[in-house]
Amino acid sequence: MARRVSPLRIALTTVVAWTVGFVIFFPILWTVLTSFKTELEAFSSPPKFLFFKWTLENYRLVQERSDYLAHAWNSVALSFGSVLLAMLIAVPAAWSMAFAPTERTRGTLLWMLSTKMMPSVGVLVPIYLIYRDLGLLDSRVGLIALLCLANLPIVVWMLFTYFKEIPKGILEASRMDGIGTGREIVFVLAPMALPGIASTLLLNVVLAWNEAFWTLNLTTSKAAPLTAFIASYSSPEGLFWAKLSAASTLAIAPILVLGWLTQRQLVRGLTFGAVK
Amino acid sequence: MATQHTRVLGRILVAPSVILLFAWMIVPLAMTIYFSTLRYNLLNPGLERFVGAENYSYFLTDPAFIGSLLNTLVLVGSVLAITVVLGVLIALLLDQMFVGRSIVRLMVIAPFFVMPTVSALVWKNLLMHPVSGVFAWIATSLGFRAIDWFAQVPMLSIIFIVAWQWLPFATLVLLTAMQSLDNEEKEAADMDGTRPLSFFFHIVLPHLARAITVVVLIQTIFLLTVFAEIFVTTGGGPGTQTTNLAFLIYAQALLQYDVGGASAGGIVAVVLANIVAFFLVRLVGKNLET
Repeated sequence: MARRVSPLRIALTTVVAWTVGFVIFFPILWTVLTSFKTELEAFSSPPKFLFFKWTLENYRLVQERSDYLAHAWNSVALSFGSVLLAMLIAVPAAWSMAFAPTERTRGTLLWMLSTKMMPSVGVLVPIYLIYRDLGLLDSRVGLIALLCLANLPIVVWMLFTYFKEIPKGILEASRMDGIGTGREIVFVLAPMALPGIASTLLLNVVLAWNEAFWTLNLTTSKAAPLTAFIASYSSPEGLFWAKLSAASTLAIAPILVLGWLTQRQLVRGLTFGAVK
Repeated sequence: MATQHTRVLGRILVAPSVILLFAWMIVPLAMTIYFSTLRYNLLNPGLERFVGAENYSYFLTDPAFIGSLLNTLVLVGSVLAITVVLGVLIALLLDQMFVGRSIVRLMVIAPFFVMPTVSALVWKNLLMHPVSGVFAWIATSLGFRAIDWFAQVPMLSIIFIVAWQWLPFATLVLLTAMQSLDNEEKEAADMDGTRPLSFFFHIVLPHLARAITVVVLIQTIFLLTVFAEIFVTTGGGPGTQTTNLAFLIYAQALLQYDVGGASAGGIVAVVLANIVAFFLVRLVGKNLET
């Protein structure tokens, strides 16, 4: 923006924008603050903002009482496992659709998108019964497969839009220079495709990490990720706010960082290229 | 440019994705349709029998269904209205020049990355608690009576939580669209002395129409099946005041073990989502060059 804007206006906008940002961010900030309080102070009214006795006790308790680490490991396994699996399936497909499109490509892509539109609740019953009969309830393998399929359309779409942007001329040029297929992949294709692959990976890990329909309905304890771990706090037992906050902070912190890193890809990944 | 050879190769490369997605879509859906024609309760295994459309007529005339459908529509409609209106305003704000833009941007999009169970429980306890919640403290400090959110206005509480989660998405999409509005157009309007309001209504808003449509369609698809937020806060209650379609089907299937009825409900949900999906896919398709 090259227009000149008066300093007063910038100052005013700054105040308004920071206020709005603060209000929207407040629930997260408040959760983090509360996680460092004692249970009594967490519940105190009027609320204490910064002047309380900071403690790490809740983090220790959360780990001790409900084994945070086991659930966190499940979240990591489910989100990365499902997305890596989806990548294996999607990269070849997206690659061939981007580089050698046929008259069917458009239809295939739109059809894939439409499978993402099916509400999970519509197929809850059969999936639950199939999983029960196959012994896949509360198993990591079962959920990895399920989340992989649920995110596959988005993975294919995102990869496709990235691969579309790789200039085709450069491939032909390197072929003319006579480098072999192996070296073509390592030195020419990989460097151009990797940023897109990385963004797709990250955004989909965020989506899988936060998925809370299948993980709540198909797990009980062994394979339960953090979404289910937090849900176990919905039936309160005594004072539990500080512990809930500590557990919540632990559940969202890693993914918030990943999310912030992928924010530029968010629009592209979730609007299927309809908004640029 | 595709030769016979690359065409065959292309088909082989695309096949795994297509086959898997096809199976993922068609097998459970076919089973849901099949179950929906049975009287089938998990508590009485072996007594399944074909009942035709009975589950549908039962489900569709069940007052709980009408109620849940209304709740679903209220939830989707309110969240859409809140997120689109606030989203446009916040996007306009973030499009201005000010100090610390990237930090404010991070704060605004953060709620999108918070898992639904966390946001629901944090809102319910830390913010909306009638005695010790932050909202209660604000209300009493200003001399109002504190609201017991989940007892007095349970649906509104859920709407606020879900709107908070989706506001970043709407804002980000609208901001992206707004930034593609030509600077030249802005400058021209500036020089002509166009008033900010008329500039907004005659140039910015029409430019955003497409992005708003995308936001509405995509959010609708996700909002039709809001589940975790209800599951961990109200459990559909009090009574059935916050039971939406997704929660009703869940309760029918996994709490009452009525496979037939839940399946009929599932098909209703699929049909509803498909109406929205039809428009979304057409809109995306228009933009797609392959």
